[in-house]
Amino acid sequence: MNTVNFMRFRHISTAISLTLLLISVVAIGMRGLNLGLDFTGGTLLEVEYETPVPLSEVKSVLDTAGYRDVVVQNFGSETDVLVRMSESFRDDLGNEVLGLLQTNVEDNSLTLLRSEFVGASVGEELRDQGGIAMLVALFVVMAYVAFRFQWKFSLGAVMALFHDVLIIVGMFALFQWEFDLNVLAALLAVIGYSLNDTIVVSDRIRENFRMMRIGSSVEIINESLTQTLGRTLMTSLTTILVLLALLFLGGDIIHNFALALTIGVGVGTYSSIYIAANLLLAFNVSREDLLPPELEEEGDEAP
Amino acid sequence: MLNKYPLWKNLLILVVVALAFIYAAPNLYPPDAAIQVTPARAGAEMSAATLNNVRKALDEAEISYFGEEVNGSTALLRLESADAQLPAKAAIQRKLGDEFVVALNLAPTTPDWLVDLGAGPMTLGLDLSGGVHFLMEVDMDEYVSGRIKNYREDLRTSLRQEDIKYRRVVVEGNKVRLSFRQEALRSEARTFINRNYPGEFLPQEEEVDGNFDLILMLTEQKIRDFEDYALKQNLMTLRNRVNELGVAEPLVQRQGRNRIVVELPGVQDTAEAKKILGKAANLEFRLEAEPGASRFATEEYSFRDNQNRTARLEKKVITTGDSVTNASSGFDENSFPQVNISLDSKGAARMTQVTKKAVQRRMAVLFVERKPKTTYEMVDGVEQPKTIQVVEKSIISLATIQSVLGSSFRITGLQSAEANELALLLRSGALAAPMDFVEERTVGPSLGAENIEMGARSVMAGLALVLIAMLVFYRAFGLIANIALAVNLVLLVALMSIIGATLTLPGIAGIVLTVGMAVDANVLIFSRIREELKNGRSPQQAIHEGYDRAFLTIFDANLTTLIVAVILFAVGTGPVKGFAVTLSFGILTSMFTAIMVTRAMTNLLYGGRRVERLSIGGKA
Repeated sequence: MNTVNFMRFRHISTAISLTLLLISVVAIGMRGLNLGLDFTGGTLLEVEYETPVPLSEVKSVLDTAGYRDVVVQNFGSETDVLVRMSESFRDDLGNEVLGLLQTNVEDNSLTLLRSEFVGASVGEELRDQGGIAMLVALFVVMAYVAFRFQWKFSLGAVMALFHDVLIIVGMFALFQWEFDLNVLAALLAVIGYSLNDTIVVSDRIRENFRMMRIGSSVEIINESLTQTLGRTLMTSLTTILVLLALLFLGGDIIHNFALALTIGVGVGTYSSIYIAANLLLAFNVSREDLLPPELEEEGDEAP
Repeated sequence: MLNKYPLWKNLLILVVVALAFIYAAPNLYPPDAAIQVTPARAGAEMSAATLNNVRKALDEAEISYFGEEVNGSTALLRLESADAQLPAKAAIQRKLGDEFVVALNLAPTTPDWLVDLGAGPMTLGLDLSGGVHFLMEVDMDEYVSGRIKNYREDLRTSLRQEDIKYRRVVVEGNKVRLSFRQEALRSEARTFINRNYPGEFLPQEEEVDGNFDLILMLTEQKIRDFEDYALKQNLMTLRNRVNELGVAEPLVQRQGRNRIVVELPGVQDTAEAKKILGKAANLEFRLEAEPGASRFATEEYSFRDNQNRTARLEKKVITTGDSVTNASSGFDENSFPQVNISLDSKGAARMTQVTKKAVQRRMAVLFVERKPKTTYEMVDGVEQPKTIQVVEKSIISLATIQSVLGSSFRITGLQSAEANELALLLRSGALAAPMDFVEERTVGPSLGAENIEMGARSVMAGLALVLIAMLVFYRAFGLIANIALAVNLVLLVALMSIIGATLTLPGIAGIVLTVGMAVDANVLIFSRIREELKNGRSPQQAIHEGYDRAFLTIFDANLTTLIVAVILFAVGTGPVKGFAVTLSFGILTSMFTAIMVTRAMTNLLYGGRRVERLSIGGKA
């Protein structure tokens, strides 16, 4: 395969990335995130029917009425139905839902067994924990890459990760998809995945800097990206394949999780080619940065 | 370049893979619906008479059962159908009464030869199998009134020390009323209280029957502080108790102002859970009353192991179970069971202060339990169970104080089983405020079944797509990678079964993701081999170089992902943890299969002979 001149498009890619980041920041700032029950707290209702009803019917009635994120499940027995939604708590909400179900699901009287809500303090705790997890992950990764490679790689890798995470969060803000605990897990998985990609590419760049005695930094990076392109695409392909399976067959609960990961793998693949490598050029990475440390030791011992 | 693995390496791989298949196997056997009966009190036996009653209850309710097992004090009866579980539970509970805990359970059907090897199925999360859901209510009124009684004792002592003469100090609901003969004494007391209990009371003055009264009402803020403290303490205690139950991903969460929700995914053994969680045991350490002490300052209690034996104790509590920081059961120098107790600094200070003046007197440990009492009432012609909570206090030990007690001491004179149980309850922390179960439910399996089905379907579909893609792109090597991938899945399931990790829906997502990412290592290796071939190396050399040079990259890439997964596990809660667990194990198992297993197969296929070309796809 001929060497692809990836870096020729680096200014365009920089422009695209900056635009996406700008849109994300604006979307997050203007629209905010549509946080799920885990983070905001929410309402949980338990009703009991005289005779069992199909859950899908109850769910569709509530969905049509415009309640957000309705989850319906049996609780304890077949006639006992648990409804969870991300409405904030109101005293009359129970009766409201009850009336709605009473009129729409026929020939079946029902009673409200209890109405509960997830307090905001719990959500706050989880939000804080999530933020901390993200920061700790980024920091530890940065330290590890700096240790295994060099600080320029480390900064490039972390900025690529930051880029990926920000774009996913931006998409969730822009389209107002629900952001719950599972999506947070997906974000961290994206950090893992994208990092994997970035490291494979960086590894090859380092190897080529040490092996190829001629050629500019741009040429070496292009060569490295070309060599790893087949692998990058193949891995992204297999991962996207399974994610599509999750997205379409996995059910509502992990739909957004799969969505976040799908976007993440797409953006992550792109960022490991363009963001990380691009930043290396921006930081003026040179052969001297990557000389194996053994050489220096030998020099010291020479008479 | 022979590309042959030594015999031991091949054998090692074979052994690991064989073990993986064995330990993953129990997951193929679906569990039976069952009913579990346990005595409410530790150490009690499951008698033949009880068992007979259980059988009779089921026979009367016309519920068919089989496979009766008695394991120590626990009886387990398997039912023919899952629908019969709830009626069976009700019937048995009705027959046996409150002396026994009757719970729904899922009995594993793992064949004996697998059980003998220590193999068992994975635990499924609440979202997959259903599980236990408890809602507990903290009795705040009781807690606050307990605090107020403490104030009464405190105030009496300190007023006496300050030489402020009072007529009486009594508790009236949520207030403490102090009566004085002179107005000057009252204002003196008021100044003292303002100085020593800042912001705790709203003092009011009243003149009744020639007495000058000072009424102390707790401030709203102080009450809220008390409630907050009680709830936090109870949450912590419950978390500890749940941990003692060995649940992988428990949820213990505050719900509203005074409730705590406990979800134990995968645990179907509600009897054990309820026993540990619900036994609101607390301790009160009190001195035995001196002969001739006033009836108003003392109370009489009977002993726990002998209802006929009683002792008169002082009303004043030295300290309670809240102060207990650690407790363990063991044996003393004469091999009698004992419980060693450690107190926090506050409790220890109180203990020292009181016992200093009480050496050679006797100290009692009062065991405070709240027990449900179920009665059956007729409502509209239908018999309805009605449960009320009863507080029971009994003496578990009355021992002579041999010397001044400090931060650690021991209680002797317990039965071995009781010592163990008491130590367990003490170690897992005491509840600051009493709690009642206001709800106990098992999450129905309907949603779980649906989720399992969807999860399985997406794993299958994802796997199929990846298998096809690998086969198309890498031919024979693709097949090798595919076999390794299948082995990886089995290994992952086996590993999770062995350590007893809980599988949740996000956990399944983690597995699916692992499937997608596990082939990455092979893709890396195979692209390397292709490259080496293109650079004109012989097939054998290419295989060798490909595996060799890809290794470090794979290692680095996987290690960083593992770091992220571990952080996810450390910081995450509930569903996030489930995901992190499968992801980390997936990374570990995939490194083994993608590097070792595929290498072994490649070596078997191509190693040790002349090979003209490799079936690895791509442009040769």
